[in-house]
Amino acid sequence: MLSVNQVEKSYKKGGLFSGERQKVLSNISFECKQGECLGIIGESGSGKSTLGRLLLGIEKPDHGTILFEGKSVDDRKARLGNISAVFQDYTSSINPFYTVEQAMMEPLKLQGMVRQEAQIKIDLLLYQVGLNPSYRTKYPHELSGGEAQRVCIARAVSTEPKCIVLDEAISSLDGSVQIQVLELLKSLREIYNIGYIFITHDIQAASYICDRVMIIRNGQIEEMVKIEQLKDVQSAYARKLLQMIIT
Amino acid sequence: MKLFKLIWKDKLAAISLSIIAVTIIAGIFAPLFAPHDPAEVNMELRFAPSSWEYLLGNDHLGRCILSRLIYGIRPSVLWVFVALAISVGIGAILGFVAGYFRGKTDAFVMRVCDVMLSFPGYVMILAVIGILGVGLENILIAFVIMKWAWFARIIRTSVMQYAEADYVKFSKALGVSNIKIIMKHIVPVALPDVAVISSSSFGSMILQLSGFSFLGLGIQAPNAEWGMMLNEAREVMFSRPEIMLAPGLTIIIVVSAINFLSDSLQVALDPKLMTSKHKLQGQTVASSAKLQGKEVA
Repeated sequence: MLSVNQVEKSYKKGGLFSGERQKVLSNISFECKQGECLGIIGESGSGKSTLGRLLLGIEKPDHGTILFEGKSVDDRKARLGNISAVFQDYTSSINPFYTVEQAMMEPLKLQGMVRQEAQIKIDLLLYQVGLNPSYRTKYPHELSGGEAQRVCIARAVSTEPKCIVLDEAISSLDGSVQIQVLELLKSLREIYNIGYIFITHDIQAASYICDRVMIIRNGQIEEMVKIEQLKDVQSAYARKLLQMIIT
Repeated sequence: MKLFKLIWKDKLAAISLSIIAVTIIAGIFAPLFAPHDPAEVNMELRFAPSSWEYLLGNDHLGRCILSRLIYGIRPSVLWVFVALAISVGIGAILGFVAGYFRGKTDAFVMRVCDVMLSFPGYVMILAVIGILGVGLENILIAFVIMKWAWFARIIRTSVMQYAEADYVKFSKALGVSNIKIIMKHIVPVALPDVAVISSSSFGSMILQLSGFSFLGLGIQAPNAEWGMMLNEAREVMFSRPEIMLAPGLTIIIVVSAINFLSDSLQVALDPKLMTSKHKLQGQTVASSAKLQGKEVA
């Protein structure tokens, strides 16, 4: 469904006239099948969030291609309603001037849904993420972190996309809420058969939800393993990462 | 409408809004409101004190001061507003484009702004008046030319912080077009900032126009303009100081009203600072919904 081919990305360093560039990603290639949950694990600065932005088509890779069902993700039309996202910072994930209802209406309207239909859908979605319909009229600053992140998740699944990129979606929540949200993601996956790309630095969370994990280091893929074989990782770096959790 | 109600609750803002509304209406329909012809000279009534026929008295040519104040609203407030709207409009378009798209567009627009801003403002306005000639419209043109860069810069900065937000990223990921994102997400969020900076510079522009008219570069006699009325009063400053009061106080009141209104606009536009009633109603609905849920369970 999503295929990434030899993607490279670098950013300009320094001022207007400096030609120096810092390489963030190099030679990244992988595939993600329909309904699969792929974890992307790496330390901070490893380029995993940049990869997330490239997958969402917000930024373009310098080289290589990212294809979604055969079409480039740069193309707005190819993404429309098929790819969605949940970000780390729940405080800025919802427009502060929008109520929960208005925020959730945006993707639905984009799909050309009629208002009445969308209203029913919003109620259903809120119910599915464990919020009651009274949340509709609330503004983001009136929500707690977990609630805001649930609204973001509800908004992300509202168009029934084939793929959701979760960029550190649970990292800024506290322990018990993290598990609730992970459970929620699992149950939503069963309902809608969505593929997740789960970007995180937390191996435990990734192993809880993912089918496959990709370990990334300094902008390069270090290793890619099925979750059942996570303990048999080959590369030294991946072993070290695992070791740190076990001890 | 909700916005209007919110402003109405704030007493100071309500007073400011009424003052501005009355000023604008009086300015537009000046012939209906003014008791006399503003240019009618009546030498018998030179420096006459206020009377029932001439409420604010008469000036050095025996003209009705109240009528002149009312006719003066047009150049002093309404035309300044037009000039402000044009320069904020240009600045906003360029600022939104530069702040949202970043990169080369941003660099180009900002360097042009830097060049514009590196000219000393007053001197450039004087130069433009020198080239185009004395007159109200030329001052307004000079205002537009000199001010847009400043607005573009400030709006760009405020747009930049919002363009980075995750909700914009989310919309981009969904496949919403750039224009739609700017219109739906960035314009409403940046609007309070734009409203505040433009209203505060509205006040300073009225003062500047009055200043130029005071210097004799703005509107020409016998037309009425607040700054020029002050200038005329200056000639008799020591013998008849009270003549200065009417135009001086009018300028102060209108400018303060605009500044107070802009302050409360910022509060009223921001949902975080809103303390409206419908919020409380929402809470009661929520709690009753919870209760119902318990009953069912």
